[in-house]
Amino acid sequence: MLLSPAMALRFEVLARHNRARASRLTLPHFECETPLFMPVGTQGTIKGLAGDQLEDLGCQIILGNTYHLALRPGAELLEKMGGLHQFMNWPRALLTDSGGFQMVSLLHLADITEEGVTFQSPVDGKPMLLTPEESIQIQNKIGADIIMALDDVVKTTTEGPRVEEAMHRTLRWIDRCIAAHSRPKEQNLFGIVQGGLDPRLRDLCIKGLVERNLPGYAIGGLAGGEEKDAFWRVVAQCTAGLPEDKPRYVMGVGYPLDIVVCSALGADMYDCVYPTRTGRFGTALVPEGLLKLKHAAMAKDYRPLDSSCSCMVCSRYTRAYLHTIVTKEAMGCQLISYHNVAYMMQLSRNLHKSILEGRFPEFVQTFLKKQFPSGDVPEWVQSAMEVAGIDISMCCYPYPQGIKKQMTTTGL
Amino acid sequence: MEFVVRAWSAHARLGSLHLGATGPQLETPCLLLLTRKGLPAFIPPDLFHKLHPDALALQVSPLHFLDSPPPEVVAEVGGLHKMLCLPEHGLVAVGRDSIMDEADGEGTTKLGASFKTSFGRRIVGPVKYMEVINACKPNLWASLPDEVPAWVSEKRNRVSVGRTLQWLDHCLSLSTDMGCLGVVVGGSSVEQRTHSAQQTATRNVAGFSLGGFGLGEAAEDRGPLLEAVTASLPMEKPRHVSGLGMPEEVLQAVAAGVDLFDSTYPHMLTMGGYAMTFPATMEDILESFANKNLAVEEWSKSDSDSTKICLRSVSFRLDESPLVDGCQCYTCRKHSRAYIHHLLNTHEMLAQTLLDIHNMYHYLGFFQAIREAIRANEFPVFHNQFISHRRQSTLLLSSQ
Repeated sequence: MLLSPAMALRFEVLARHNRARASRLTLPHFECETPLFMPVGTQGTIKGLAGDQLEDLGCQIILGNTYHLALRPGAELLEKMGGLHQFMNWPRALLTDSGGFQMVSLLHLADITEEGVTFQSPVDGKPMLLTPEESIQIQNKIGADIIMALDDVVKTTTEGPRVEEAMHRTLRWIDRCIAAHSRPKEQNLFGIVQGGLDPRLRDLCIKGLVERNLPGYAIGGLAGGEEKDAFWRVVAQCTAGLPEDKPRYVMGVGYPLDIVVCSALGADMYDCVYPTRTGRFGTALVPEGLLKLKHAAMAKDYRPLDSSCSCMVCSRYTRAYLHTIVTKEAMGCQLISYHNVAYMMQLSRNLHKSILEGRFPEFVQTFLKKQFPSGDVPEWVQSAMEVAGIDISMCCYPYPQGIKKQMTTTGL
Repeated sequence: MEFVVRAWSAHARLGSLHLGATGPQLETPCLLLLTRKGLPAFIPPDLFHKLHPDALALQVSPLHFLDSPPPEVVAEVGGLHKMLCLPEHGLVAVGRDSIMDEADGEGTTKLGASFKTSFGRRIVGPVKYMEVINACKPNLWASLPDEVPAWVSEKRNRVSVGRTLQWLDHCLSLSTDMGCLGVVVGGSSVEQRTHSAQQTATRNVAGFSLGGFGLGEAAEDRGPLLEAVTASLPMEKPRHVSGLGMPEEVLQAVAAGVDLFDSTYPHMLTMGGYAMTFPATMEDILESFANKNLAVEEWSKSDSDSTKICLRSVSFRLDESPLVDGCQCYTCRKHSRAYIHHLLNTHEMLAQTLLDIHNMYHYLGFFQAIREAIRANEFPVFHNQFISHRRQSTLLLSSQ
């Protein structure tokens, strides 16, 4: 079924470096700059952070989980309240997922049929069914700027005919989603490319989705424990096959390193619970990698979390003080989450600006040197950067494979 | 530190407290906000700075700086103001941590006072106490007391008075600065209270802290004890009290001439999912007398009363109004009862942050009203109106 749905967004590529792009994504509620990271506000709030703080930090789009929101406070209530934007008083952009992933990952006896996702209601154990139509209807009530099609998601580690079945079903379901979408002028329906790690299936899916001429596309079915070397190849294939003039969203990504690589390969949008979740457990994101504040060594470390960060946490508190409150006081949890979101927003801004200003390779090089000071940049990153056409040889210590192995066995 | 009494209304005083060169100028009676390890429990610094024009002074507990962080670390950073990055706020160190521990006098020996901390029960003597105080460098600090509740034996009470004075002298001898609030004890004996106050007044202290209250004594018994203490204290030095945090208790202590209060009341409400709604100003009280019948029906539906609403109640599911109509706090300007109900329902920490902001704001507004009543020389009237309104509402609600 070929449709030309109305678009509720404008996407303009402002600058490129090979496959990487810096763009302006204009959504009904906010004008965004990509590449961008979207913090996850599962239940209508980013854990512990208030709306004003999120605005100060430069959050452009926040993700809400349809499954959770449909349970509490409920789609009907959100509709009565004028949508999630009004309910949580968030003036900028929102994105909701389809609810399918949570069901499969969270629920007992979730099963996928042609109808939809069947599962046991967490409230009373009764069998329930989430169809593509219903997912879209709920998302129409929530009112986010971007809504996601219900897709047939399989674990990346799955093999065999199930992967192909899921890919074809995803395409059949996208048509049902398009048909059910009642607010195409206010909400953008993104399709999700599935197909596991099989390039042939991915290609078929891309072609099928592109035919539907959707406002944007997501690369799904990744960030699920697959080998990094397989991960980047799927991203590279998808960004090569998806249209230039539409945004590309890699779902569930993630770690800062992954975001830099995917941006080099031509992706624009990312989401992940990682920064906020790891913050709650006392781990801060810093240019060198991770800082585990619970470590005894932190007790007498009088430096800020990140001397290059100007967020309110880094400009006020030492690691020594934060060490005493992480995981013990609500404030500890809030402050580290705040810094981690600040870090991710700064990363997004750096990606956008460095591409825009023609210094993207320098940014990538500086980033990698900080994270891998002894030059041990993982091979998958090196391969990906080669495909992206970014020279990172100065970041990688040039040990040939053979000598490296020898050194390990002799304990050097 | 400088303290000047500017106006009187019966024994209630309106004062100006200037906490040193970089410290704030406070108007008393003043509310000291509760902290955990020096920072507000739920309100982050960027929201805290916009909380309320009077949110200038915090109560910190030295017990929080015994182990983690230990005094050496606090000293290394240069004191609490630096460690917490609150250079312009007033920090008042008071030994009691009313959330974790009610001083019951048990376990205290001549070696030190017994406290429950998150690291277990600790005996803290003057030397250790002053190590923490000197490292923290607060603007004001209460000396280490042997606090006992009202029902201990006469003998125990006398011991507590003597020991508290002894520890006060020891603390003063170890102190590196001038901001001591000498603690006055004496339990339920007017005689002991007077003796403790008179003796403490002879020491070189900046002010006084009335100890041993808010430990379960009856309100009617408390009044004469408070008055006995304040009558024996010099007018020109500030008086602080711990443990009298409920509005009626605050009013009773203000009436006796107390200037500084720490209170767990806003925090307790937040933890229970409640928002403070009681009319705090004279006009609001009179207005709500007029509307009382309407309100009572609302209260019974939502498990609330005239002082607070319970946001956990499902009656707020669709309520788009703010916690309190007309309240100018961040929470009431930005969010609805329905949203906060949802946050509580989903166990989101933002619920506590938003409730705490409102509850602190509302209570600071109550203190503002107290000061205005003293300024207008109408404090006793305000006090009476407030109490009658509370009594009336309680009667109405219980007759439903």
